[in-house]
Amino acid sequence: MANKLVSEMRLPPHLAHLLAARRLTTAKDVLSLPEVELMTLLDAGILTARAAVSHVSEFACPPCQTALALLEERVRLGGGGRLPTTLCGLDEALGGGIPLGKLTEVVGPSGIGKTQLCLKLALLATLPECYGGLNGRVVYIDTESKFSSRRMIEIGQKSFPQVFRQEGLAQKMAGRILVMRPTSLSDFTKSLEQMKVTLLQNDVKLLIVDSVAALTSSENERGTSTTGFTQHPLRWALSFLKSIAEFARIPVVVTNQVRSQSNDDGYHYSFEVKKMGDGNGAERIESHLVAALGIQWAHAVTIRLVFESHSGHRFIKVAKSPMSPAVAFPFIVESSGITLLTDEGIDVSGPEITSIRCQGQNLLGLGE
Amino acid sequence: MKNEIQESVGILKADKGANKFKGAEEPSGVLKGAQNAWDMLSEEQLQKHISTGSSDLNGILGGGIHCKEVTEIGGVPGVGKTQLGIQLAINVQIPMDYGGLGGKAVYIDTEGSFMVERVYQIAEGCISDIMEYFPYHHDKSSSGQGNLQPERFLAGIYYFRICSYTEQIAVINYLEKFLGEHKDVRIVIIDSVTFHFRQDFDDLALRTRVLSGLSLKLMKLSKTYNLAVVLLNQVTTKFTEGSFQLTLALGDSWSHSCTNRLILYWKGNERCAYLDKSPSLPVASTPYAVTSKGVRDAATPNCKRVRIM
Repeated sequence: MANKLVSEMRLPPHLAHLLAARRLTTAKDVLSLPEVELMTLLDAGILTARAAVSHVSEFACPPCQTALALLEERVRLGGGGRLPTTLCGLDEALGGGIPLGKLTEVVGPSGIGKTQLCLKLALLATLPECYGGLNGRVVYIDTESKFSSRRMIEIGQKSFPQVFRQEGLAQKMAGRILVMRPTSLSDFTKSLEQMKVTLLQNDVKLLIVDSVAALTSSENERGTSTTGFTQHPLRWALSFLKSIAEFARIPVVVTNQVRSQSNDDGYHYSFEVKKMGDGNGAERIESHLVAALGIQWAHAVTIRLVFESHSGHRFIKVAKSPMSPAVAFPFIVESSGITLLTDEGIDVSGPEITSIRCQGQNLLGLGE
Repeated sequence: MKNEIQESVGILKADKGANKFKGAEEPSGVLKGAQNAWDMLSEEQLQKHISTGSSDLNGILGGGIHCKEVTEIGGVPGVGKTQLGIQLAINVQIPMDYGGLGGKAVYIDTEGSFMVERVYQIAEGCISDIMEYFPYHHDKSSSGQGNLQPERFLAGIYYFRICSYTEQIAVINYLEKFLGEHKDVRIVIIDSVTFHFRQDFDDLALRTRVLSGLSLKLMKLSKTYNLAVVLLNQVTTKFTEGSFQLTLALGDSWSHSCTNRLILYWKGNERCAYLDKSPSLPVASTPYAVTSKGVRDAATPNCKRVRIM
């Protein structure tokens, strides 16, 4: 919509000529300027500038829908718009599973089971619909060389023995998963760009990026922060992932790492600091780990699943989701992948839902 | 004080009699386009406010979200900004018989966090609360029962999905025409106003100018069409007073553009709201809760929150 051409907008002729003469060819060119600057550029009066802006805006504006129409569309497309994870408690909390058309993030310390979940989801998406899958291809972007097809087949055989017993089905399912291994951020960006058409045309039903944090070094994150305006190194990738999720109506799952809290993390507002008095300006929240990629990334993802470990158990927490309560599920990793120990989630109150804990534990648990 | 105001009004009225302007609504004959403070006060007192769902939160806001004003609501990810936005889009539609404004809502979604199933749930929660407070009322009116369906509430939300800052600017410009055609809209919610401007704008100075143009347009829309404008904002860290602190995004110039500012934050285990800026109310904070029915008062310690589905 932003790149809509002015020439296609059927503007009144004098406006169209004026804009063309100044080389304002797309909606973006016209609307990025404040009114007064547009006036100067066009060398016209304020009324002409306003008329131009309002005409262009009307054409560049996306169509309006009522929420009821959205609901009816969702019902019509069927399936509730979710990819079930087969972890019943988690599916229930998320309203059926990982939502289509939104960006879901899985974050946790290393070795806790994020890749295991991704392998399972990749497999699930390839399964035919009668088994609860999406019956489509999967693009798996593996930046840390953690993808193991042997492990994935093992998960498949143990979780869906009846499916994998059939001849050639394992090969067919595995054949639908396309693995890419970009080695740098520019490599990654390039492959995403090339993939755009493929995703939209080739029946790709799931995109997994494992992990996105590995592509950026920790120094890039903060940058020069005194002005409060940092160019996030992943901003293009973030916009792309979100928009591709929506247009192709597929789930996009992204894995993120953790890092320790630094003094650079602001975690109080100015009015809170004042209330606590002068001595306690830097009172820390209990957790020692935070998700990498910063707060801008945290705002942008729609669903955030936090994997953490404490008290000798591992938990999946639904940390951010517009339609789930704050619950945690204990889980283990076995030969059939991730399994919940109980489907009854534990209610978590307060900001604890977003904190990430990693207490000393045996991090070798990658299946038997 | 009252006597002085009455005296001034008297003078202005006498003056009005002497100079007849076109447009009989001109209350003050002295300055064209001006309105005297007494009339403004009477008008304000007649204004209904949009309930947020939590009576404590309504309390610090002076009754609820005000029409004809721009309110900015900011907070960390996951604290409940979208929840509050959706709650307001539903509550503005509460029929006048039940104490609401009976209006419609425009919801401009820039991040894709508007989940229709959750909106349905909140609509159901709102209806069940209305039935609870007005148990006999809906029996009287024949159409009462029929009107209180979640589908009606969903039909009253006009949804725009915005994918770039160009579209965001376009939709705010287009709203002038749209609101002229849909006079029953009483709230415009932008969720969030920050996202595209943080992502795609390279020129910081240009961004500030464009944003100030937008905020002026939004203020004008709210006054012209007598509706509330609610802008949801993200947070960022800023280095002030020797340490990094949380602050709302988009910079210092933007922070002047709104009339009211509400910051949502975590305090211990509760969600709290802090009224940071208001022309007529003192700064105050209060806890609130997000339940399966939507935004409500903070639960008492013994009350366990009901799980969804």
